[in-house]
Amino acid sequence: MIVGLNHYLVLSAVLFAIGFFGVLLRKNTLVIYMCLELMLVASTVALVAFSRYNNTMDGHVFVFFILTVAAAEVAVGLAIIVALFRRRQTIQVEELNALKN
Amino acid sequence: MAALFFYIFSTFTVASALAVVFNKNTVASALALLMSLVGVASIFVLLDAFLLAALMVFVYAGAVVALFLFIVMLLDVQGGVRKPFKKITIASSGIALVLLALGLYSFWKSGAQTTAELGQIVPVGATLKNYGELLFTTYLLPVQIVGFLLLIAMLGVIVLSKKFEGLEDIK
Repeated sequence: MIVGLNHYLVLSAVLFAIGFFGVLLRKNTLVIYMCLELMLVASTVALVAFSRYNNTMDGHVFVFFILTVAAAEVAVGLAIIVALFRRRQTIQVEELNALKN
Repeated sequence: MAALFFYIFSTFTVASALAVVFNKNTVASALALLMSLVGVASIFVLLDAFLLAALMVFVYAGAVVALFLFIVMLLDVQGGVRKPFKKITIASSGIALVLLALGLYSFWKSGAQTTAELGQIVPVGATLKNYGELLFTTYLLPVQIVGFLLLIAMLGVIVLSKKFEGLEDIK
């Protein structure tokens, strides 16, 4: 069986959906963050597959930038989580309801 | 042969991604994320993006997952009973799963019918020279912006994690 562009796109969609379900279902902020990373990576799979099948380099360069932005995002996000834990002593989302009501 | 490798790697990636979501232990989740990222890197190798595969392992597996593990062990938030999911969450997840399956099915039926085998498409040659040429001509402005973004991120992390003496009463 020939592996075409559709296979890679379906893989990307499934990975993105798993990350999205993780964000919806989990209560731990750190795990939610990991699932966000998973969604970013899933989008890079689609970009690289499109780039490969259309014979261009642009998708690769975009993935380059996505990697950089993801690294910066992880650094800032984890710093926020640590600051939050320092003040509230918890990282469970249902206990972080200061903005509710 | 490439098809076989694709199925092996994608099964590995999806299984580890599921393990990230459904693992009770946060450390185990982070390690499953590491395995999933390595699986994605191997998919990149199948797509002839060797530099991106190497970068994926370096940046994500080397830096990001290590940072995650460090924070998980620093905060030490293990234990505690995990509440069961709410019924509304389960119901909405089920509906979303059905929608996802329908979307994938219709995509598979009517999506871009690119059945060309990879052997017929000549690789564009994602070499370091090509990357450098693109990054310093077409994408020069995004490179500058990303550099600035990294600087801002560094400053933000310093501000977030430093304790300021005079500001405690404001908080």
